[in-house]
Amino acid sequence: MSTPTDHTRTTPAPSAAARESRSPATRGARTGRILQLTALSLGAVAFLFPFYYMVVGSLKKTTTGDVSGALPGGFTTANYRAINSAISLGRSLLNSGIVTGGVLLCTLVFGVLAGYALARLSFRGRGTVFATLLLVQTIPFQLLMLPLYALVVRNYGLGDSYLGMMLPFAINSTAVFLFRQFFLQLPASLFEAARIDGASELRILWTIALPMARPALLTGVLLTFIGPWNEFLWPFLVTKNTDMQPLAVSLAGFLSNLQGTVANPTGALLAGACVLALPAVALFLVFQRHFTHTNIDSGVKG
Amino acid sequence: MTISQTNGPGRRGTSRIGALFAAPYVLFVLAVFAVPLGYTVWISFHRFYFTAPGAGVDSPWVGLSNYRDVFTDPVVGRAFLNILIFLVINVPLTVGLSLVLAAALNAKLPFRSFFRAAYYVPYVTASVALVAVWAFLFGSDGLVNHALGGLAPDPSWLVNTHLAMPMIAFFVTWKQLGFFVMLYLAALQNVSGELYEAAAVDGAGSVRRFFSITVPGVRPATTLVLIYAIITGANLFSEPYLLTGGGGPDHASVSPVLVMYQKGIEQGHPDFAAALGIVLMVFVLAISLLARKISERGE
Repeated sequence: MSTPTDHTRTTPAPSAAARESRSPATRGARTGRILQLTALSLGAVAFLFPFYYMVVGSLKKTTTGDVSGALPGGFTTANYRAINSAISLGRSLLNSGIVTGGVLLCTLVFGVLAGYALARLSFRGRGTVFATLLLVQTIPFQLLMLPLYALVVRNYGLGDSYLGMMLPFAINSTAVFLFRQFFLQLPASLFEAARIDGASELRILWTIALPMARPALLTGVLLTFIGPWNEFLWPFLVTKNTDMQPLAVSLAGFLSNLQGTVANPTGALLAGACVLALPAVALFLVFQRHFTHTNIDSGVKG
Repeated sequence: MTISQTNGPGRRGTSRIGALFAAPYVLFVLAVFAVPLGYTVWISFHRFYFTAPGAGVDSPWVGLSNYRDVFTDPVVGRAFLNILIFLVINVPLTVGLSLVLAAALNAKLPFRSFFRAAYYVPYVTASVALVAVWAFLFGSDGLVNHALGGLAPDPSWLVNTHLAMPMIAFFVTWKQLGFFVMLYLAALQNVSGELYEAAAVDGAGSVRRFFSITVPGVRPATTLVLIYAIITGANLFSEPYLLTGGGGPDHASVSPVLVMYQKGIEQGHPDFAAALGIVLMVFVLAISLLARKISERGE
C-alpha cells in the first residue's frame, strides 16, 4: 500500500514530462479510443443481437425469418402458452431447479469441506488428492458418458431419477479448487489461535473460515449453476420419461420432433429458449460485480 | 494418539479430520471418474452389450478388434477431420478476438461493465437456447439469407456439406468467447503497468506495445485457452446434434462424441463407443501436451 504512494510522491515530474512530450500522440490516442469504442460497440451488437431476436421472435404472432421479424411490434404471449402446453414448462423448470439445486448443495457442502481440508489440514494422501483434482479438471466428462450411462442407468437403476441426473456433477471440481485457493489466502494465525483455544475443525470452518469466504462461495455458486442448468447430453441420456426431463432436454425434444404440434413452432421454441436462458443470465447480471475475473482465474489456474 | 487427543487436535487429530473432510470428494472422483474410466478400458477390449442388470450375457475378450473397427470406420475418420476443421477455425479466432477484447476492456472505458456483460452473456446461456436462435437466424428462410438475398448459399448454411462444420465452429467461438475474455482479463492483471509506461516513453505505439508486451505477458493464459479449446472440440455434441440435425448432410458435421452416442446408444455397440472414447482421450492428451510444448517454447 505504501509503495505506490511513495512512488507518486517522489516521481511526479517525469510522468508529467512524459505526458507533455506525448501530446501529439495523445490526439492519436483519442482517435484510437473512439475507434476502440466503435469496434467494441459493434462487437457487443453482434453478441447481443441473437438475444434481442430471441425475445422479439418469442413475442410475435407469426414468427418469420424475414426482416419484419426483427422489428418490434404486434406482440402476443401466445407462444409462451403454446410451449407451456407442448412440454409442460412448469414441470421442466421444476426438474431443472431440483437438479441444479441438488448439485449446488453438494458442491457447497462437500466442496467446502474438501477445499478446507486441502488448504488447512494435513492428512495422508493430501498431495494425491490435490493432483487428482487438477487432473479431473482436464478430463472431458463426455468421454466417460458411456460407462457412466451403463453404470448409472443400467446397473444402479438410476434412470429417470434426480439422483441419476445429478451424480456426474454432484461436486464441481473447479469449485473445490476455488475454495482451496481462497482458504489458503487466509492468515494461518487465525486458525492456529482458534485451535489453541480448543475449537474443533468444523467449528473453525463454520465460524471463522466460511464467513470470510463469502465472495468465493458466491463465485462457486455462479460457476456451478450454469453447468447443470445448461447441461443437455447427460440428462438427455438419463431421462426417457418426459415428466422427469429438465427444460434443456424438453426443449431439445420439442426442437427435434414436436414442432408440428403448435401453430407457430418457431415462436414457441424461442419462447422456451427465453425461459431457459433467463435464470442464468439474470443471475449473472445481478451478481456481475462479484463475479470478478480474478475469481475465475484462481478457479482455472490448474 | 491419546496425548494429542486430550491436548486438543494435534497433528494426528487433524490428520484424521482432514481425511474425513476430503472423503466425500474422493468417493465422488472414484465413482464418476476412476471407475468409469477403468470400465471404459475394460469394455473396449470385450464384446459388450447393454443388458438389464443381472441378465447373464457373456462379454468375451476380443482384444483390439473394437479398436480396429474404430480406425477403419469412415464416419469416425470424418468426425476427427471435423474436429480438426473446428480447431483450425476456432483456435485462431478465439485467441485473437479474446486477447484483443480483453486488452480493450482492461483499459478505463465508458460503459466497461456493460461491454464485459455483453461478451459473456452467450457463455452463461444454455446451448440449447442459443441453438434455437441460430437455427432461426441461419435457416433457409432465416434473417441472414433474407439479408443476403441472391448471395445466400445454396444449400443453406446448416444443411450445406461445406458450411455445416464451419457454422458449428463459429457458433462455439461466439458462445465461448466471453469465458476466454475473462481468462485473459485475469492474466492481464499480472502484466506490469510499468512495462507499458516504459515502452510508451520509448515511443512504442499501441500496436507495438500489444505485440511486444501484452502477447508475451499472457502466454500461460494462451496455453490454457488452447487446452480449453481442444477439450471443447473433443466434447462437441449438442451443437452438431441439434444445430445441424444429428450430424449434418453426409456426416458433414459429426463429432466423435456424437458418433459415440449414435453407435453406443442408438445402435447398441457400446464396445465400439468405448474404444472410440479411449482413442479420443489419447488424442486430447496428445494435442494438449503439444499445445503446452509449443506455447512454452518461447519462454
